[in-house]
Parts: sequence; structure tokens; C-alpha cells
Amino acid sequence: MSPLRRFLRTPEAIAGAIILVALFAMALTAPLFFPGDPQAIAGPALLPPFQDWSLPLGTDRLGRDVLAALLHGARTSLAVGLAAAAAALAVGAIVGTLAGFAGGLVDEVLMRITDAFQTVPSFLLALAFVSVVGPSLGVVVAAIALGAWTGPARVARAEVLSIRERDFVAGARVIGMHPLEIALREVLPNALPPLLALSSVIVAAAILTEAALSFLGLGDPNRVTWGGMIAEGRAVLRTAPFLSVIPGVALVLTVLGVYLAGEGVVETAAVRRSLS
Amino acid sequence: MTRALLLLRRRLVGSVFVLLIVVIGTFLLLEAAPGDAVDAYIASTGGDAGMIELLRHRWGLDQSALTRLATYLWALLHLDLGQSVTFSRPIRDVILERLPNTLLLMGSATALSFGLGSALGIYAGARPGGFRDRLLSIGSLALYAVPGFWLGLVLIIVFAVDLRWFPIGGIESIASAKTGLDRAADIARHLVLPVSALGFIYLALYLRMMRAGMAEVWRQDFVLAARAKGLSRRRIVLGHVARNALLPLVTMLGLQSAQMLGGSVVIESVFSVPGLGRLAQEAVAARDTPLLLGIILVSAVLVIVINLLVDIAYAFLDPRVGASEAGA
Repeated sequence: MSPLRRFLRTPEAIAGAIILVALFAMALTAPLFFPGDPQAIAGPALLPPFQDWSLPLGTDRLGRDVLAALLHGARTSLAVGLAAAAAALAVGAIVGTLAGFAGGLVDEVLMRITDAFQTVPSFLLALAFVSVVGPSLGVVVAAIALGAWTGPARVARAEVLSIRERDFVAGARVIGMHPLEIALREVLPNALPPLLALSSVIVAAAILTEAALSFLGLGDPNRVTWGGMIAEGRAVLRTAPFLSVIPGVALVLTVLGVYLAGEGVVETAAVRRSLS
Repeated sequence: MTRALLLLRRRLVGSVFVLLIVVIGTFLLLEAAPGDAVDAYIASTGGDAGMIELLRHRWGLDQSALTRLATYLWALLHLDLGQSVTFSRPIRDVILERLPNTLLLMGSATALSFGLGSALGIYAGARPGGFRDRLLSIGSLALYAVPGFWLGLVLIIVFAVDLRWFPIGGIESIASAKTGLDRAADIARHLVLPVSALGFIYLALYLRMMRAGMAEVWRQDFVLAARAKGLSRRRIVLGHVARNALLPLVTMLGLQSAQMLGGSVVIESVFSVPGLGRLAQEAVAARDTPLLLGIILVSAVLVIVINLLVDIAYAFLDPRVGASEAGA
């Protein structure tokens, strides 16, 4: 059975895959269907959904098209979520590998720093970082990664502790490879599988953190975000709750899709490992 | 008892290092912030260049970074977090005033998520792979995907705007002059929605952990032995399987406290609860960086204390913990 077929065996994984494919389609086609500025005024203000078919999801307080904002928001959510998770995994993998491979004082110092980052609530840290440096897409990505790399670092370290005793590491030492080269080129790639199992949780958490940051007004002001849309809708919560509900449902579906697909991938990998 | 004390001592030493790193980190962020305390002060009160020079000198801001770090550490040792420009009061006092509300919110939400989460986890884990198990697994995953602030807004739409069962926000009715039990009931009524919003998000975590732990324990020999003894299924589930799967959840309680504090920032601003989280948002809005970093420091201390308490509780619950240290 091909890995793809094996992946698509459980209904959960299929549901996750469908959601993610739809989401990527939304994100990629947003500039095609809505080439203009999604923040431009498109019609009367506070038009409810399903009334006017040129504006299927209605308009917000300023008369901006909700559907256009939703599609453009998908781009921000996915871009920030994936970039922040990638950064967190990369930093975590490198810190964890160095700590586990070097041992001794290096390990002690790096792990105390990891402890410190885990002691500070990661959302508060992100909030402080964005507010000090100023909100932009790159800063938001860095702020989220800042609070998310500790988990991967611990997993990588635990994995490296067992890998470094293997024969091929001793072999690399014998042929005179530099320890840093052994750590990053020989040990690190072998410590990656458990990290990848963690990645869906990290992507999901990153998307949720981005949404919360932009809900509090700390997102990139030049981009449409789902969190920002929910915050906008909050002002008219009594009269037009759909403005907060629609982007929220999109968020829940996105995060759920990431979780479900992630569990499917982990199960596929587990089956493959037990087969080989 | 000595076992727990030894463990406590080792953890305390480690915590001091961790806290030192946090302090240096917040100091670096403070340095990176555009403008300093004098700029903020002058911006709110007005003053000329001579005044700025004088204040910089008096507050030690014209010294080198290392000297300022030393001054900062020295002040922290005296529990002095500096002055908040926005509130024109010592940061420590502002934080201490808000802390009880956050602790109340966090404590209640933790009790809700831990209690209900582990109970549902036992319900799901009683028959791994069964119908109830699958249903609860999917349900908890969906719940886990919900952003806390959005859940809060939905709860407001349904229970405060439409049904009018609970107040829309705040911690107690303004100028109600209620005292004693009346006041407690009033606060409880205000806390129902925020506690639900915060608690339900983390409920899924405990549910899934309990369920996974039980699935693991079911495979162990002593469960087989209990079955062979002819114990009732109920006694096996509660007395043997659930009991052994519960311990890791206690550890999670400590690890989750930092996340819970972060989550309360958004929940508090959705429900206008005057706590630490809302204070953090106010500090961001007013660009009051020293106040924000003071909140981070206090949160770090809070997380460390909670983890210490959880470790001590764990040592009492599990006789294996720290046994080797006591023997040495």
C-alpha cells in the first residue's frame, strides 16, 4: 500500500486532508477571486450573509466584503502558522541536539535557558516581544516561535541522548569529523522523526496564538487576519454576531484540520515503522 | 517528610537560576524598547531638556548597561519593580491589586478542566476503542481547536446577550455595595462565563491525557491479575486503571499553569475581568514596558511556585519519587 493510501484509511485523516486542501485552495486563490484590496469598501455596511449574492457572506461595519477578508485571512493564518512552526522546530532541533550531544556545562546552560522560556507564559512573552519591537508579519512569526521552541528542544535532546551512543557516531568520530559536524549532520537528521510528529500540534498552536495576538490588536496592521476580524466584529456583537462567528468557525476548522491530518501522518509513520 | 524537603531544596536552587535568566531576559527586552522611563515620564508630564538630563541622572539611566542591570537586580531583590507611568503608582502595588482576580479565575478554571476532564477521560478510557471513547476523542479534539477568546465571545452571545443568564463582563456589579455572601455570589455569577471559556479549552487536554494513560495501564499485568481475582469491572476501572493513570495529570497541572496564565490574558480582556492579563493588555496599549515586564516576572514567579507545590504534592502521592535521594 502506498503511504498516501495508508494515510487516507481513517475517516479522521480524510476529514483533515479535505479541510487542509480546501484551506490551501482558499489561500492560494484569494488574489484570483478577490484581486483588489480586501480592506476596501465593497457595499453597504453590516449587510447580513446570504442576502446579496455578489457579497455572499455579507459586509462588516465599514461595508467591507467578509468573504474576501476570510480568504485573505486564510493566507495570513497559514503563512504565520507554518513559518512560526518551522522556525520553532529548527531552533528547538538545533538547541536540543547541541545540548544532548555536548552534555556537561553546555547541556546544563542550554536546558536552564529552556526552563526559563517554559516558565514565562509564552503568550505573555509574544505579547511583550511584539509590543516592544512593533507589529509586522516577521515580528509576529518570531514572537510565536520564541514561545514554541522549548517543546521540540526537549524532544530532540532526549532523542539525541540515545542516538549519540550508536556505532555510526563512534565511526564518525574515528574518521576525524568535527564534533559540531557530527552533531548537526549525523545526529540531528536522525533525531527528526519524533519532532515531525510534534509539528502538527505546533502549527495548530501557532495559528491560535497568531489569532489571539491579532485579536488584541497586535497583528500586522496591513494584513487581514481572522483574529482581527473577530475583534472588529466584537463592537457589533449584539446586532451582527455573524461578523465574529464566521472567522471563528474558519479558525476552528483550520486548527481541527491540522490536528486531524497530523494524527493521520503520525499513525501512517507508526504503521510503516512497525512493518519495516 | 525529609524526602519532600530534599526534593524541595533541589528544585529551589534550580528555580533561582531560572528566575535569574528570566530577569536578564526581561532586562534585555526593556533595553530593546524604544525610549526609556524618562521619555515615557516626560511624554505624560512635559518637561525641558534640562529636566530630562536630571531625571536620567537621578534614575541612573546614564550609567552603563551592566551597572543598570545590577541596579535592576538590586531593586528586584527588594521587591521593587519600579514605577508605572500609566498608573503613577509602584508597579508592585498595581500588580498585587490585580493578582487575586487572576488567581481566582485560574484556580476555578483549573479545577473545572482537571475535574471534568479527568472524569470524562475515565469515562472514555473505561473501554478503549469503544463508541463513547471515539465520540469523546473527536469532541475533545474539536474543543482543543477552539480559540479561547472566540469561545468567550460565543458564550457572551448565547448566555449574556440572548438568554441574559449571566452578566456580560466585569468581576462584580458596580456600586452594588454588597457584602459577605451576597458579594461572593455576585462575583461567582460574573465568573461563570470566563471560567467556562478558559476551563473548557484545557479540559480537552486532561481528557485526552487521562484516556491515553488508561489505554496504557490496561495492558499491564496487574490489571490482568485484578481481572483474574474476579474483581468487578467498576473496581478495576476506578481502583486500578484510573488511579494509576491519574499521576501524570498532576504533573501536567504544573506544566499547564504557564499556558493557563497566558490564556487568561485574552479571556480577561474579552470579559473585562480586572486581573493580571487585562493589566498586561493595558500595559501594551499604553506602551508601559516596565509594567509589562513586571507582569512577566510575577507570572514567572507564580509558575515556579505552582510547579513547586505540584512537585511536593506529587512526592506525597507517589512514594517512588525522591526515594533514591532520601537514601543517599
